[in-house]
Amino acid sequence: MTTNLLRWIPLLPLAAAVLNVFFGGRWGKRFAGILASAAVFGSFLIALRVFMLLSPDAVLRDTLYTWIESEPFKAQVSFQADALTAVMLLVITGIGFLIHLYSTGYMAHDEGEARFFAYLNLFVFFMSVLVLADNLLLFFVGWEGVGLCSFLLIGFWYEDPANTTAGNKAFIVNRIGDFAFLLGMLLLFWEMNRLGVPSLDFAALKDAAARIAPDTAVLITLLFFIGATGKSAQIPLYVWLPDAMAGPTPVSALIHAATMVTAGVYLTARLNFLFVLAPYTLSLIAIIGAATALFAGTIAVAQNDIKRVLAYSTVSQLGYMFLAAGVGAFSAAVFHLFTHAFFKACLFLGAGSVIHAMGGEQDMRKMGGLRRRLPATYWTYLIAGLALAGIPPTAGFFSKDRILLEAYASPHGSLALWLVGWITAGLTAFYMFRQLFLVFHGTSRAPESVQAHVHESPAAMTIPLIVLALGSIAAGWLALPSRDVWDPWLQAVLGRSNPAEHGEAVNETLLVALTVGIALVGIAAAYFLYGRERRVREDGPLWGTLAQKYYIDELYDFLFVRPFTAAANWLARAFDPGIIDGAVNGVAGLVRGISASGRRLQSGNVQHYLFAFLIGTILIFVYWLRR
Amino acid sequence: MAADYVALLPAAQMLVAAIVVLVLDLFTPADEKGVLVWTSLAGLALSAWVALRFRGAEGAFGNTLLLDGFAVFFILVFAVVAALTILMSVQYVRESGIREGEFYVLILLSAVGMIIMASANDLILFFIGLETMSIAVYVLAGMWRSRAESAESAMKYFLIGAFATGFFLYGIALIYGATGSTHLDRIAEALGGPQAALLLTAGVFLVLVGLAFKVAAAPFHFWVPDVYDGAPTPVTAFMAVAVKAAAFAGWARIFLHQWEPLRDEWTPAVKALAILTMTLGNVLAVTQSSVKRMLAYSSIAHAGYLMIALVAGGEVGAQALLFYVVSYAAMTLGAFAVVAALKADDREGAAYADFAGLGYRKPFLAMAMSLFMLSLAGFPPLAGFTGKFYLFRAAVAAGHTDLAVIGVLNSLVSVFYYLRVILMMYMQEGGVEAKSFRGAPYLYAAVGFTAVATVYLGILPTGALYASLGAIASLR
Repeated sequence: MTTNLLRWIPLLPLAAAVLNVFFGGRWGKRFAGILASAAVFGSFLIALRVFMLLSPDAVLRDTLYTWIESEPFKAQVSFQADALTAVMLLVITGIGFLIHLYSTGYMAHDEGEARFFAYLNLFVFFMSVLVLADNLLLFFVGWEGVGLCSFLLIGFWYEDPANTTAGNKAFIVNRIGDFAFLLGMLLLFWEMNRLGVPSLDFAALKDAAARIAPDTAVLITLLFFIGATGKSAQIPLYVWLPDAMAGPTPVSALIHAATMVTAGVYLTARLNFLFVLAPYTLSLIAIIGAATALFAGTIAVAQNDIKRVLAYSTVSQLGYMFLAAGVGAFSAAVFHLFTHAFFKACLFLGAGSVIHAMGGEQDMRKMGGLRRRLPATYWTYLIAGLALAGIPPTAGFFSKDRILLEAYASPHGSLALWLVGWITAGLTAFYMFRQLFLVFHGTSRAPESVQAHVHESPAAMTIPLIVLALGSIAAGWLALPSRDVWDPWLQAVLGRSNPAEHGEAVNETLLVALTVGIALVGIAAAYFLYGRERRVREDGPLWGTLAQKYYIDELYDFLFVRPFTAAANWLARAFDPGIIDGAVNGVAGLVRGISASGRRLQSGNVQHYLFAFLIGTILIFVYWLRR
Repeated sequence: MAADYVALLPAAQMLVAAIVVLVLDLFTPADEKGVLVWTSLAGLALSAWVALRFRGAEGAFGNTLLLDGFAVFFILVFAVVAALTILMSVQYVRESGIREGEFYVLILLSAVGMIIMASANDLILFFIGLETMSIAVYVLAGMWRSRAESAESAMKYFLIGAFATGFFLYGIALIYGATGSTHLDRIAEALGGPQAALLLTAGVFLVLVGLAFKVAAAPFHFWVPDVYDGAPTPVTAFMAVAVKAAAFAGWARIFLHQWEPLRDEWTPAVKALAILTMTLGNVLAVTQSSVKRMLAYSSIAHAGYLMIALVAGGEVGAQALLFYVVSYAAMTLGAFAVVAALKADDREGAAYADFAGLGYRKPFLAMAMSLFMLSLAGFPPLAGFTGKFYLFRAAVAAGHTDLAVIGVLNSLVSVFYYLRVILMMYMQEGGVEAKSFRGAPYLYAAVGFTAVATVYLGILPTGALYASLGAIASLR
C-alpha cells in the first residue's frame, strides 16, 4: 500500500525546527515551545492514523524521490511503516510530545529556548526517519542524525565545559559504534552484491537473507551489534549515557526513553532475520545484555545523583532488552522498550520536577521529605518506580516477566541468563526505592533557603507526568496472559517466539512468583535501610567501587584515552609540523608561487593577450595533428 | 507555410519584448523605471512559455533552426539566468548611474542571440546568434561610462572577441570548402563520404578555438580577468553564466552530436584544453586579492570542469554537462549577486577585505555566500558536489580516469580560495572603511532563489537530471 501520509511524520518536526532556528527568537519565547509541541503532536496524530491503517502483515510505503542512482545501486528516500515501525512511531511521537509539553514549562526561564526546541524537534525528525527508513542507508541518516542531536542537546548549556565534555564523550563513543555499523553495512552490501541483489532495502535484505553465507552473517551481525552497543549503551560502550545527563532534564528523558537508546534495540529487531542466522552473535548479545543489566544495576545502587541513578537504570533496562533479543525473543525486547519508555520518561521528568523544585539541586543526600510538598510528582514517581521494579499490575511487571521467562525457557535461553536477570530485578527494586525513600520520605536535609522555595511544578509539567504514570500502569495490559494482543501484532515482522510452544514444560507461575518475590525483597530492603530515619553508613571498599562505577571511566581513560592523546600529541608536536604540514605547506607554497608568477603573465596588455591567443592556437593545432 | 516559422517564435518573442521595453523606456519617468523590470521579466517568462508550448515543433528554414528539447532546455536556462541578472542589476544600475532601460534591453537582445545559438543547426545561423549575443554583451560591459575600468573592459572584450570571431568564421569557411555546406545535417552526411581531410580538420579546429574563446578556456582566457573585473558586476555574472552556457550549448550540439564521428580527432585536443583550463583557473585564483577577480578565475576553472563532460561524451557525458551548466548557473549567479550587493565608498566592494565581518553585519548574505562558496568548491550536499560527481563519473565511465583524478585534485586547490571568503566573513573583524549596503528586495530575491536552487539541486537532483536526459534524447 502506498500513501503520502508517512512523509509528514518527520517533515512536521523538521519544518518546526527550521522555523524555530530562523524566527524562534523573534516570535517570542512562548511561541517556540508551542510551535515545537504542536508539530510533534501533529506527527503523533498522523502516527495514530497510520497505526489504524495498518494490519499486522501490511506495509505502508511512501517514496519521496530517488536519492542516489549509480548503476547498479539505487537508494531511494522512501519510508515504510509496518507493525514494528508503528509501535516505534507511537512511542517517539507520543512520548516525545509529552516531553515537549513538559519542556515548555521546564525551559521557560532559559535564554536559548528557541534553540532548545529546534534541537528537540530535530531529534524527533531524525528518530522518525530512522524508524521509517525502508533501506539501511536512509536508516543510517537517522542513526547519525540522532547522534548529532544528542551531542547538541547534551552540550546545550555550553558555557559549562563539563557539559561540552559530556557532549563530546557521547558523540565520540557513538562514533566508535557508528564505525562498526558502517563496516557492517558495507560488508552486507558486498555480500548482497555477490548474491546478485545490489540493494540495501529491508525488503530485499529479508528476501535474500537465507542465501547469505553463515560466516559472513556472523560477522555482519557482530558489527551491527557493536553499532547497537554504542547507541543503546551496552558494555563496552555504555559510558556515554550516564554522562549524558549533563543536558537539560527533558533531554535526558528524550534520549533515555523515546529516542536514541532505542535505536540499537530497534536495529536488532528490524534486522532480526539476519540475527537469527547467526546463533553465535545471538548468544553474545544475550550474554552482553545480561552482564550489562547486572553491572549497571549494581552501579545504580551506589549513586547519589538523582539523575545518575536513573541513567544507570536505563543502561540496566536496555541490558534486559538485549537479553531478550539475544534469546531470540525480539517481540519481548520491543515490548520492554515500549513499557520502559513510559516509566523511564515519567521518572526522568519527575526527577526534573524535583530538581526544578529544589532550585537545581541533584544530590539526593540533600533532599528528603518532598512527598507532601510535591504530591503530583511523588505519586507519579511512585507509580513509575513500581513499574521499574516490576510490581504487578504495572507495565514493567508484564514486560520484565516476559523477558525473564524467555531467558529461561527459550531455545537459546538458560538458567544462568535467567539467574542474572532475576538478581538484577531485585537490585532494580532496591535502588529504585532507595531513591524514592531518600528523595520523598523522611525529613528534609536541604538548607533552609532551598526549602523555602520548594514548590510543585506548573501544569505543563505535571500533566505529562500524570499521563505517563497512567501509561506506566496500562501499557503492560497489551500482553495480558489471557488476552495477548502484542505478540500477534508483531508476529509477521519479528517472528514468533512463544516458549510454551517449544517443548519443555515451564512452571510459569513459579517463575512469576520468584520474580515478584525478589522485587518485593528489594523494596523491603530499601525500606529497612533508608525508609525510616535510620540511614546506613555508605562506605567500605565495595561501596566505594560501586560509587566510582567500578572505575571503568578511569580504566578507559588509562587504556584508550591517554595513549591516544599521547600519540596525538606526539604526532602534533613531532610528526605533524615537519612532515605533514611541511608537505601541505610545501604544496601550497608551490601553488602560490606558480600562481604569483602566472599572475605576472596577466599584463593587462591586449597585444600580449592576442599574441598568447595565437601561440596557443598554433601549439594546440600542432598537438592535434601530431596525434 | 506558417508552421515553418514556429521554431523561431521564442527568439522572435524575445526580440519583441526587447523592443517593447525600449519604447516603454522613452515614456517612463526616471522614478518609475520599475515597470521596465517587470516588463522585461514578463517578456522572459513569455519566451520560456512559448518555448515549452511549441517544444518539438518542426524546424524552421529547412531545419536550420530547431526547437527540439535540447534547445528548449537551454532557452529555459537563458530565460532564468537573464531574469536573475535583471533582478540583481536593478539597484546596481540605479546607484552607478547606468541607463536602466537600455541595460535591460541589451540583456534581452543578447538573450535573443543565445536562443538562436542553442537552436541553430547551421554554422552560419549559429554565427549570427553568436554575434548578436556578443555585440550586446560588449556594450553591456562598457555601460558604466563614468568608470574607466568599465570602458577598458568593453574595449578589450571587443578587440579579442573580434579576433576570435575571425578564427570562427575562417573555420566555417574551411568546412564549407571541405563539405560543400554549412548546414550541420549536410556536413554530418559528408563526414561519411570522401573528403578533403586536412581542410576539414583545420576547419573543425578553428571552430573549436572560437568556442573555446567564448567559454574562456585556457590559453584563450587572458581577457577574462580584466574583462570580468572591469565590467559592472551583474554583467560579469551574465557573461560568466549565460554566455558560457550558450557557447556550451553550441559545443554540445555541434561537437557531441553532429560531429560525433570525428570524436577521436578532436577529443585529445579538448582533453588537453580541459586539463590546462581547470589547472590554470584554479592555480591563478589562489593569489587574487579581489573576490570578483577570484570568481573570474573560478569561472575559467569551471569551464575546464565542463569540458570534462565534452571529453567523456555520449549520453552520460552530455547529461553531466547539462546538469552542471544548471548547477554552475545557480551558484555562480548567486556569488556574483552577493558581490554586487556590497559597496565601498567610491568603488565596488569586491576585495577580500571588504567581506570581513559580513557574517555579523548581513547574516543572510553571508550565509548565502557561504553556500555558494561551498557549492563551488564541491562540498556535499550542494549542487556543485552533485554536478561534479556526475562529471567525474562520466569521465571514469568513458575511460578518462586521469581526467577525473586531475579534476578532483583541482577541486582540492579550489577549496583554499573559496573557504577564504567564508573565513573573511566569519573570522575577521570588519574592514577599515565603513561600507554601506545597497541591498534591495530584487537583489535579495535573486540571492534567495539561487541559494535555494543550490541546495535543491544538491539534495534533489533527480528532476534536473531527467530534464537533461530528455534534452539529450531529443537530439537523436
